[in-house]
Amino acid sequence: MAEPVLRLEALNKSFGGLTVTSNVTFEVAAGELHAVIGPNGAGKTTLINQISGLIVPDSGRIFFSGCDVTALSAPRRAALGLARTFQITSILPAFSVIENVALAVQARIGSSFRFFGRASAEEALNTPAMVALAEVGLADRADVLAGHLSHGEKRALELAIALAMKPKLLLLDEPMAGAGREESKRLITALSRLKGRFPMLLVEHDMTAVFALADRISVLIYGQILTSGTPDAVRADPQVIAAYLGEEME
Amino acid sequence: MTQLSAPAPLPPYRDSILVHEILPIAIFLAFALLPVAAAFGAETYLLGLFMRVMIFAIAALGLDLLVGYGALISFGHAAFIGIGAYAVGILASHGIGEASISLPVALAAATLFAYLTGAICLRTRGVYFIMITLAFGQMAFFFASSLAPYGGDDGLTIHARNTIFGFSPFKYERLFYYIVLGCLAGCYLLCRALVVSRFGRVFRGARENATRMATLGFEIHRYQLAAYAISGALGGLAGFLLANATDFISPAYMSWQRSGELIIMIIFGGLGTLHGAIIGTLAFLLLGEWLSGLTEHWKMILGPLLVLIVLLARGGLLGLAAQVAAWWRRETIHSISDFTWTFGRLVRSLASSIGERLSFNGIKFAIQLFWSRIRG
Repeated sequence: MAEPVLRLEALNKSFGGLTVTSNVTFEVAAGELHAVIGPNGAGKTTLINQISGLIVPDSGRIFFSGCDVTALSAPRRAALGLARTFQITSILPAFSVIENVALAVQARIGSSFRFFGRASAEEALNTPAMVALAEVGLADRADVLAGHLSHGEKRALELAIALAMKPKLLLLDEPMAGAGREESKRLITALSRLKGRFPMLLVEHDMTAVFALADRISVLIYGQILTSGTPDAVRADPQVIAAYLGEEME
Repeated sequence: MTQLSAPAPLPPYRDSILVHEILPIAIFLAFALLPVAAAFGAETYLLGLFMRVMIFAIAALGLDLLVGYGALISFGHAAFIGIGAYAVGILASHGIGEASISLPVALAAATLFAYLTGAICLRTRGVYFIMITLAFGQMAFFFASSLAPYGGDDGLTIHARNTIFGFSPFKYERLFYYIVLGCLAGCYLLCRALVVSRFGRVFRGARENATRMATLGFEIHRYQLAAYAISGALGGLAGFLLANATDFISPAYMSWQRSGELIIMIIFGGLGTLHGAIIGTLAFLLLGEWLSGLTEHWKMILGPLLVLIVLLARGGLLGLAAQVAAWWRRETIHSISDFTWTFGRLVRSLASSIGERLSFNGIKFAIQLFWSRIRG
């Protein structure tokens, strides 16, 4: 089997006396959509933050496409092709929608130490940005201020920003958070279209979404990986049912 | 619904071509025509006064770049002016009065100082950034005060203005005036290009959402440091011109009161518009000049006036102009029966801007400083 895109080795993180990541080891294989589920406070977002470089783990190592990135800053990891979305929408509200995405293109193409020339008139930035916006259905909102978008549209914009980075791995931190039933459906459709184009690590609460999308699922409880496997295997796992799925699956 | 520190919504004047395109042209036209008008009156006085306005406007532009576009409230900005001025003064005292040497030295010294101190200051945020830039500014001030060979506390008189390749354009007040105007126009255009460039986009983005910028792949410190150095260079240019205009250098150029004044100037005119910095400098210095002619206790008038402007006019004088213009437009379009509604809106917007301003500790701090001592 090909080398995994992402490999976590014995990752640990505590905040004071609270252990939020405990000896976490798992892999995201090339092309797969790997979901991490777990109850509130299981340490899902902390895990994503460690992978994307916003939080430094206490011990353990993170490998991204074969390189040890444990010591690299978030910008360096992003430059290697690690894109992420945030549970709490993280966009530039005073920038227009297209500028938000064009910035991601600019980061990928490089050379941001250009002091002259109007960036918003550059086709090399705007064209790829429009492609990404069209993919999430925001093309007709390109010139609106990002802060003026509806909640669902902001979630879609986050996805477009990540797409414009042409990621080698996409980390999705609860993309359905706060979305209504209809919006969730639209996002699931959008994600299933993207599936296979690049590997994704999906952290999600919404079980419908997870079981509809994931190739493999890891269950995280109290910072520990309880089990990993195919959706069917996880669904049937008595440990998982007892610890987590029980109430939702009757 | 975002949990980001939501930035203030764009003020309405952003859209206005009148305020954004025509007004800057009008300002520069007025500066250009002033010597003609001055020829009929107290020419030396007026040229000197407006030259001072334009010189400080160059430094204010640099500061607006940081504060208005990057939310980096630098409180040691006078140091850059002082360093530029001292470069001229020290070289002149050793007999080097050639601008082709002193100007690059002034720019390089100010830029280097900005780069080195910025690398440290930019590790901090918010009020700590204000304090640490103030600390570096004070260090420069005390360093200049202790330079005994160059006048120490008393400052140093420059006996001959700089020459440019053997010519002495600074001797002729009018020519000097237009050179300063050219510098100001050049800096203004440079800053305008900068803020909409790729670089400027990243710099502005860092103010909006630093985490997002980091996860996009931008090491925002590098961009902020570059902007800080550019801003320092503008200060150095202002210092170079100031030393030549006053024939004198003094540690007072670097005092923290000067830094505070620069902040007040840009807030006064309207942050984040660039020409607002020029208008603010103009208004601040002219108001000071005019009021000091009226009464000995002119600071008693200037102080409350500035506080009122900062509190009531969102976006400074530019914002006030736009508010009045919008109110006037609405007034003419709607009938008089809408007056109460319009008036209510105006009062409400003023009230909300008071609230915003009060919550902006940096500005509050600047006002308190201003109260304590207006001019150094």
